[in-house]
Amino acid sequence: MTELPAQAAAVTRTFGHFVAVDQVDLEVRPGEVVGLLGANGAGKTTLIRLLLGLLRPSGGEIRLFGEPPSRRTRRRIGYVPQGLGLYEDLTTAENLAFSAAVYGEGAAAASLPAPLVPYGRTVVGSLPLGIQRTAAFTAALAHNPDLLVLDEPTSGVDPLARARLWETVAGAAAAGAGVLVTTHYMDEAGECDRLVIMAAGRVVARGTARDITGDARVTVVEPGSWAAAFGALEAAGLPVALVGRTLRVPGAAPDAVRRALGDLPAAVTTARATLEERFFELTLSSAQTEARP
Amino acid sequence: MTTPQAAGGGWWGTEEVCVRFGAALALDHVSFRAEPGRVSAVVGGDGAGRTTLLRCLAGALAPASGLVRRPAPLATGYLSAGSGTYPDLTVDENLAFRATAYRVPAGTARERSAELLARAGLDRVRNRLAGQLSGGMRQKLGVIAAMLHRPDLLVLDEPTTGVDPVSRSDLWWLIARAAAGGAAVVLATSYLDEAERAHGVLVLDAGIELASGTPGHIVAAMPGTLTAAGERPVGEAGRRAWRRAGGWRVWHPGPNGNGAAVRPDLQDAVTVAILARELARVPAGQEAR
Repeated sequence: MTELPAQAAAVTRTFGHFVAVDQVDLEVRPGEVVGLLGANGAGKTTLIRLLLGLLRPSGGEIRLFGEPPSRRTRRRIGYVPQGLGLYEDLTTAENLAFSAAVYGEGAAAASLPAPLVPYGRTVVGSLPLGIQRTAAFTAALAHNPDLLVLDEPTSGVDPLARARLWETVAGAAAAGAGVLVTTHYMDEAGECDRLVIMAAGRVVARGTARDITGDARVTVVEPGSWAAAFGALEAAGLPVALVGRTLRVPGAAPDAVRRALGDLPAAVTTARATLEERFFELTLSSAQTEARP
Repeated sequence: MTTPQAAGGGWWGTEEVCVRFGAALALDHVSFRAEPGRVSAVVGGDGAGRTTLLRCLAGALAPASGLVRRPAPLATGYLSAGSGTYPDLTVDENLAFRATAYRVPAGTARERSAELLARAGLDRVRNRLAGQLSGGMRQKLGVIAAMLHRPDLLVLDEPTTGVDPVSRSDLWWLIARAAAGGAAVVLATSYLDEAERAHGVLVLDAGIELASGTPGHIVAAMPGTLTAAGERPVGEAGRRAWRRAGGWRVWHPGPNGNGAAVRPDLQDAVTVAILARELARVPAGQEAR
């Protein structure tokens, strides 16, 4: 049997009375890219810290490569944190050499890939964000990790640079690494083999993007004047979203929307919900359950 | 030259604006229009010139040449990238201070603040210091502070970068609300799905305008054709390929292309624009990969 790069079984973590992670089961298999989605405060970062062995679970069990997290398992993990985790006052080459030394790799592992060669002797803090990101990925991948953990790796980059970072991630997965990645950008869910959606510390959905959106639908309004229709739907307390000149109203039936529009001229239809719209529904219904006494 | 003026002809924006930082040309003859009651998105990656353009529109930076049409300072709202709130003031104090600066009567300011804070889910943190808010909450406060005086032109620099989808949806509600009230809204973003929701889009790369128009217009104007592939093609075509949705897209400058044709969306069209420029700059065989 192949060992699982990461496995959480009924993992709970509390801080005082606050339950940050609540009975979470999660697996990352070799060669698989798992996307972890959730609003702020959903428990993603705590779960990642638990998986990295930086926090201990209050309940349940974490296993990395079949054993509890330890310094030995840490060596098999590559991690790119939200802040990229580079030393801003060291040069690119120094950062990579330091990272390689920490992982017990020789100088060969620290050699610069072509895109970083022009920046080898520049301090990282003065480099464009895109180059810093490439350096962080290079540092995280230099020791050929069996588990790659990426926390919002593509925030703020142009689409071509984003595509190239995903190419790197897919390359690591194709070479057999398990990948766990968080993102706030739903378009990137298409790069993941599986998604896990968390809300209020719990897993509220898992599967492919298609599994998760299922048959969910939203009401779509094509109004004569979007501003007038926006005002009417807003006054009725409906969750209305502007998309160009059309309005989308998740979680409201077409009849309710027509009533709210009154005499305003508009075509009201329904459309398949996007992953982002389904995500809100899951997150909001979880928040409502939470608010009940 | 820069002139505060009335929106005669009904638009704010720039004409042939150039901005220099030392020897570097940060904006190279950029023309851009933001119309009242519409949301315009300025997209591009790090170093594209988005912030520089927005600073010109907000009156925070004078261009080396070209024309900026913007309303008077009191009729402009501006959220700069990564800040826009005072960390040592509470949420309420931030808005009260902003209202005073923009000469909004106290009663009106209290009424508008209460309504916008409630809708953006900030009503429970009104006495919290802005410095102690989560990133998403802080951005929402920044947008509310910038629109509280109902400006004619609302300029928002990356209001949604790094913000979770729930806060992003609240931010878009605020943006739509401002536009529905008649403001010309300009926002910088690196998310193409957001740009796709805007009425007008300007794509910048290294200070140059790569494309502009409605999202539909930019997609329709994409040169050549796209095909889908399971892996990166070998040879020269590999340079014209990028990952998308778990597979590969391949761009063909001409009409032909073997493989399943793909109808491009805005993200594809913008990627093609950036790629075409890169291919023109870096001759075959000299690429850094």
